[in-house]
Amino acid sequence: MRKILVTLLFLLFGTSAFADCNIKSGSINILANDFPALRTFVETSKQCKGSADFKVTHSSEHNKIAVPALTANPSEFSARIAANSSIVPLMNQDLIRPLDDLVKKYGKGIQDSQLITIDGKVMAVAFMANTQHLYYREDVLKDLGIAVPKTYEEVVAASEKIRASGKMQYPYAAAYKAGWNLAEEFVNMFIGHGGEFFKAGGAQPNINNAKGVATLNMLKKLSELSNPDYLTHDSEAIKVEWESGNVALMTLWASRSGTLLDDEGDPNITKATKLTGPATVGGGNIPAATLWWDGFTLAKNRSDADAEATFRALAHAASNKKMVADAADQAVWLVEGFVPGPKSIGVIEAVKMGAKPYPMLPQMGLMHGALGSEIVEFLQGKESAEQALKDVEAAYISKAKEQGFL
Amino acid sequence: MGINSPLTQNLMPNKTFFWFFLPTGLAMILFIGLPIISTGIQSFYAQHDQVVKEVKKCDPFGCTVSIVVDNEETTKLREAKPLGKFNGFGTYVDRNHLAVDEIKKFWNETESFGAFVDQVTNLPFYKALIFTLTYCLFVTPNVLLLGFIIALSLNAVARKIRGPLIFGTILPMIVTPLVGSLVLFWMIDSQGIIGANIQNLMNDPYLSLKSSKTLTWITIIIYGIWHHSPFAFVVFYAALQTVPQEPVEAAIIDGASRFQRIKHIVLPHIYPVVTFVALISLMDNFRVFEPIIGFSAEGSAQSLSWLIYDNLVNEEVILFGSAAATSMMTIVGIAILLAPVLIRTWKEFKTAR
Repeated sequence: MRKILVTLLFLLFGTSAFADCNIKSGSINILANDFPALRTFVETSKQCKGSADFKVTHSSEHNKIAVPALTANPSEFSARIAANSSIVPLMNQDLIRPLDDLVKKYGKGIQDSQLITIDGKVMAVAFMANTQHLYYREDVLKDLGIAVPKTYEEVVAASEKIRASGKMQYPYAAAYKAGWNLAEEFVNMFIGHGGEFFKAGGAQPNINNAKGVATLNMLKKLSELSNPDYLTHDSEAIKVEWESGNVALMTLWASRSGTLLDDEGDPNITKATKLTGPATVGGGNIPAATLWWDGFTLAKNRSDADAEATFRALAHAASNKKMVADAADQAVWLVEGFVPGPKSIGVIEAVKMGAKPYPMLPQMGLMHGALGSEIVEFLQGKESAEQALKDVEAAYISKAKEQGFL
Repeated sequence: MGINSPLTQNLMPNKTFFWFFLPTGLAMILFIGLPIISTGIQSFYAQHDQVVKEVKKCDPFGCTVSIVVDNEETTKLREAKPLGKFNGFGTYVDRNHLAVDEIKKFWNETESFGAFVDQVTNLPFYKALIFTLTYCLFVTPNVLLLGFIIALSLNAVARKIRGPLIFGTILPMIVTPLVGSLVLFWMIDSQGIIGANIQNLMNDPYLSLKSSKTLTWITIIIYGIWHHSPFAFVVFYAALQTVPQEPVEAAIIDGASRFQRIKHIVLPHIYPVVTFVALISLMDNFRVFEPIIGFSAEGSAQSLSWLIYDNLVNEEVILFGSAAATSMMTIVGIAILLAPVLIRTWKEFKTAR
């Protein structure tokens, strides 16, 4: 009897707590990347689904599914959790709908700073920020009397010192897996050198210059201090390297700090793992890192009723103070009421240092793709930096011509 | 010729053959023929010129003015010409495919033939083609040889243990390619059982099978042989069961050695099957793809199939034209590779009649 009462009470409170959603119809189907913060976000939005259908697909292959799935009419998903880079193909193909009317009607708790506006129209609502920054092993650096590095030149010097001490063979790690990850590291380092990817006002590439060469040389120096298998290592692989105690300095996503610092693995390593802001490079004052936001977008090829239901559920999560308080160490939430914890240092430092966001340009995906495959041979020592950059530009130009950008 | 004439008795009349083949033929046209034609058409088109406009973009990190695709204008263009802009062989000859202009330029600019080859093999298509051909040339003969040796050995063991042995032998084929390559990938890791032992053996703690291009190629080729040999073995083993015993026994009485028996009786008998396995193997190997993904070997080894995959999924912008052009060239490549064998089979078929 008591049990039933408790359950009833719980249900009552449950419904009253989420009464503001009151979604009566529509179906919600969300496509999202797969990491803890996004799971929390989607779970929170599920709490207020009301009587609407609710489905979610968490996949690390989300980028490959998104465009085809949203092109269909009606589209498979009613919402897509996107980021700076992945919103671009959706914009290019005109697959997402402006959210202004919905924000006005249902977006009470959403802060203005969360709105991604393009040409005056709200196209996405951001809820978390991300970047790649430095992680270091406090115990190792202390033992050798090394100060926490602030620049990549210092990272190189520190790594060389650690290697010379015989403590670790490959003291540095970053996600250098050929393809998207490697290209992302180039993007970070190039921006740190103050580079611009395209000539002003157009889609002509602009990386085959002194800044590009300096970027490649720095990537090569760092790769020589990394595990020789670096070209096969993605974020997950270097996280494992870190947890095995093989690495003392690492560039990794802020969103991974949660799983890196959890109770699993060697407690001594976890205890000595410290976070700091992203490093600068080449005497520059902005960090060699890009800022990212994660936010939700709504599919255009879906009924207004579905869009409304989806927006209300997601807006509930995107303005949920309880969620950001409970999951404060999972992400740097952009939601009102978020109090940054020790795991947010990386992103907050990056913002303070004036890090630039990842370029939200229609042709950037092509450049990113060309970088991912064409700079590998330089890192392997098979060609010069100039040749590698020439190859990147040539590969990019062919693709951009095919896509009609040039 | 009458209906009872000895020739027609064993042959299926054309009409019966037509009805017999019709369902298969239709399915082939529908699921193979039409998609290939559609891919072919696609390969001659490129995207419309992008209409871009400058707009203000704001996100949590601030506002900038930059370009976006003008969707209204683009929609108009797309509706007028849904296939895109006609590009002829433009995609085929661009730098990411046959790179005709680049090759001409290299030929005029480079001083030695070696430098010219270096430049050409630096182009993505040729890089992929060279890996693909190397893979074919090493894997196919080895698969045939290994398959044949296993079939012969298994044919010689006692019947009792043959069943389990056969099962064990075809395991590599049963294991999904991706899983098989992943297992090997972890074993050759510098901390895996094979990787660590090789480091010990060579006394070189820096040795990594994954970081060297040559070693990656060798690993993938060995994996390919391991994965494909069971197929050759199964077919050869079945063929061996049909070898007539009389000539073999006669040869034994005549004092022929085991090697002579295989060379003069078994091999000629199963020769058509060898051709068949060679054809299938060549086709399969030319489309090598899974091991590259499984071994995360994109950096050191790219195949033609991997290029298609790369164009379709690895970029946020899908390059249909590029993928279609590479697909068509893969089909042409397979046709060229198979031509000698096919011509030979056709000639033999004609002389046999």
